Amino acid sequence: MSAHQTSDVMHSDNPVAEGHHPSESQYIVIAAILAVLTAIEVALSYLKVGGSQGITNGALLVLAAIKFTMVAMFFMHLRFDKPVVRRLFVGGLVLAICVYIAYLLTLGVFVK
Amino acid sequence: MRLPPRKGVTPMADITAVPGGVATDHGHAHGTNTGMSNEKVAMWAFLGSECLLFGALISTYLLYRGKSVSGPTPHKIYDIPYTSVSSFVLLMSSLTMVLALAAIQRGDSRRLRVWLLATALLGATFISGQVYEFTSFIREGLTIKTNLFGSSFFVLTGFHGVHVTLGIVMLLSLWNLSLRGKLPQEKAEVVEIAGLYWHFVDVVWIVIFTVVYLIPTK
Repeated sequence: MSAHQTSDVMHSDNPVAEGHHPSESQYIVIAAILAVLTAIEVALSYLKVGGSQGITNGALLVLAAIKFTMVAMFFMHLRFDKPVVRRLFVGGLVLAICVYIAYLLTLGVFVK
Repeated sequence: MRLPPRKGVTPMADITAVPGGVATDHGHAHGTNTGMSNEKVAMWAFLGSECLLFGALISTYLLYRGKSVSGPTPHKIYDIPYTSVSSFVLLMSSLTMVLALAAIQRGDSRRLRVWLLATALLGATFISGQVYEFTSFIREGLTIKTNLFGSSFFVLTGFHGVHVTLGIVMLLSLWNLSLRGKLPQEKAEVVEIAGLYWHFVDVVWIVIFTVVYLIPTK
């Protein structure tokens, strides 16, 4: 097999070679951003944004969603992998969110 | 009844005998419809189903939130600075895990072992912190049977703790395999799959930390 053919096999079948994963220094930058976001979350939990607990809770949930997405996209390589894994994981996640929001709404958890 | 082979289609039994000597492994990405190994697809499907498991546990916690008729209540016993440090430790273990994967992908077994051990140690630190937290809660009178908060809190965080513990066992097994020279660069996907599980327990904790600890009860 020629070197050209070997290269084709590597690029078409090897999942490691397929996507351009971040470098080690980029991983460290991502971890630093995650640490800063955690520090902001903890600081927010002691404050009330705009004097409202509702806005503070919303901000905390947005920060958690950003951290979740960053870990899934960069550390779990969801951004660089084949679409089938995105469908499997995001499918389960979206199903869980929809089912349990419906469940909690039915039981009146969000009603004051 | 045996069907005749269709034009232009290579029978599966002949794939390994393709001229040119391209060795094809049926158990890996080459022989699957997705172009990925079955093990990796299975892990992603498992993690998708785990979203439903932890969704159920978090929903139950939210359902029982603020409904306890007797104490202790969350705001009286939570130690946010302490749990924040634990969360930071688990978050950093995701970094060491991804560095372990990068190490095996470039064939650096020594660094692979260093990062695997670092990840396992960070995970063990998190679990030790959780054991200490549970012990102090029990000392303050909160057990799994005390009230609705105790039941839902211990079940949710306990399940997560069991997942982290299983992850530590996986990491130490990989470390041991590498030490015995049974984890070469070609098996990098094994580390990647274990890493997916480890990062998943991290993202679940991101949600638990915010919903359970940081958002106060009404």
